[in-house]
Amino acid sequence: MDAPVHTPGTAAAVHHRRTPGALRVLSWHLAAYRRLWKVNVLASFGQPLLYLLGLGVGVGALVDKNTGSSEVLGSSSYVAFVVPGLLVTTAMALAAGESMWPVMGGLKWHRGYHGIAATPLEARDIVLGHGAWMAVRCGLATGAVAVVLAVFPDTRSWGLAPSVLVSMLVGVSFAMPIMAFSVGSEYDGAFAGIQRFVIIPLFLFGGAFYPLSQLPAAVQWVAKVAPLWHGVVVARGFTSGNVDWTGVAGHLSFVALWAVAGTAITIRRLRGKLYP
Amino acid sequence: MAEPLIVARQLVKRFGEFTAVDGIDVEVQPGEAFGFLGPNGAGKSSTMRMIGCVSPVTSGTLRLFGMDPATHGSQIRARIGVVPQLDTLDVEMSVQENLWIYGRFFDLPRAEAKRRAAELLEFAQLTDRAGSVVENLSGGMKRRLSIARSLINNPELLLLDEPTTGLDPQARHVLWDRLYRLKQQGVTLVLTTHYMDEAEQLCDRLVVMDQGRIVAEGSPRDLIERYSTREVLELRFSAGTNSDSITGVHGIGDRQELLPDRVLVYAHDGEAALAEAHARGLQPESALVRRASLEDVFLLLTGRSLAD
Repeated sequence: MDAPVHTPGTAAAVHHRRTPGALRVLSWHLAAYRRLWKVNVLASFGQPLLYLLGLGVGVGALVDKNTGSSEVLGSSSYVAFVVPGLLVTTAMALAAGESMWPVMGGLKWHRGYHGIAATPLEARDIVLGHGAWMAVRCGLATGAVAVVLAVFPDTRSWGLAPSVLVSMLVGVSFAMPIMAFSVGSEYDGAFAGIQRFVIIPLFLFGGAFYPLSQLPAAVQWVAKVAPLWHGVVVARGFTSGNVDWTGVAGHLSFVALWAVAGTAITIRRLRGKLYP
Repeated sequence: MAEPLIVARQLVKRFGEFTAVDGIDVEVQPGEAFGFLGPNGAGKSSTMRMIGCVSPVTSGTLRLFGMDPATHGSQIRARIGVVPQLDTLDVEMSVQENLWIYGRFFDLPRAEAKRRAAELLEFAQLTDRAGSVVENLSGGMKRRLSIARSLINNPELLLLDEPTTGLDPQARHVLWDRLYRLKQQGVTLVLTTHYMDEAEQLCDRLVVMDQGRIVAEGSPRDLIERYSTREVLELRFSAGTNSDSITGVHGIGDRQELLPDRVLVYAHDGEAALAEAHARGLQPESALVRRASLEDVFLLLTGRSLAD
């Protein structure tokens, strides 16, 4: 008990490790997640599979009977058409939610970000760590769904694997701009607005459940500004086996642009908040 | 003499139009326990945040270990420990997980972090709560965990911003005991407080801050000797007659002070002052002679009591 617990200054001498700051922050997220993962995984599985059952089987039965529909859907069954949309929207919704309240919590409620800011780490590490965490989290959630989808012949495809990677990127492309918004917000009231006026409309009108060409041109343009549709198109290319690599590069660059811009803005804003 | 750990010259912190810290000079030597004493809003926390390298200096110079926080913030933070005014613990994690994960931020190897955590749990008297979720701990335990966590990197300098605010007296004494041990082990302590007894217990040297400036500096004993008499007589009069009584005590002792609920008489010999008050026919409801404290120093220097 009375043995010295402390020999000041020995820590700096002891270690010469240089784990990137973002990975140290990532392990913080993982440690917190370990307590929650069971509940979380169930939710991440359950919701997309419910959608798949409801839309794929119910609506799908109707759609597939409709003459001419296979042309619009690229000669696939409706279930096969919906699968990539389901993966990518799952990542979008998850990353958006995880970049609102938890981010505000880190700054204002449990103040974990301030704890990190007092260590050698800084705003950049927190932001990049959040991005890495969102990639992992979206990978876990969509990966689990992909595993289930691979069980059924109708939805089984090698394209599921790259689609999970695309979902991770789309998740990050939503996480970072929304994190920038959350860091700049004083109250959590606006978060419900983001859910209602950005995430749900994109879910419904982002090309996940029917081709964007079904919508008026103006709405199509709005949907194309957001990263979701680009991710869905690429993932759908993979699952249907019609991969246009130039298109993939173009779409994914656009998605990545959102992620990079969001990251840059968040780092600047968070620095101002943590080190006033 | 060793090179000072902290050197601040004409240090200023402004937030827009508001000047929180208004040109202070401070030096802290290795192994010292140094205090910033003052009421809320005096600029203590702003000063601490600049020293902790989480708030840029507006003007003046600040050096820690000879380094500039503006260019070497991360390197400096690697060598200090911070116990913030508001806990930043991960309340959903267990006590020991909080220590492990904080070790990760300093890039301690996993085994090293676990070994340190076990030692620090002993030190903070939290070993039997190692697996408890932080949310369920008492305020005193959370504070001890915050201190344990701040020590995970074996810091040379420990910054404590109002370490015992909001704790009950017993929890405060436990905490003081722990801090005293750290001091004995050679850790440099810098703390802010608005509790006189805390400053007297823990600090070798302190500065009194008021409205962003340093108004006095010295050891607690120095300050009391310099700014106060040896003893203080406290007189309480019946409700409503307090302010009239100040004229009655006029001339007794060196100095008299009227507070909302009592009259203070500063005198070398408190008992003699009380005898004189009685001889003048004053009839206080209660009278108390006590030794002068930092509270009296503060009252004299700022014209306000710390409780304001």
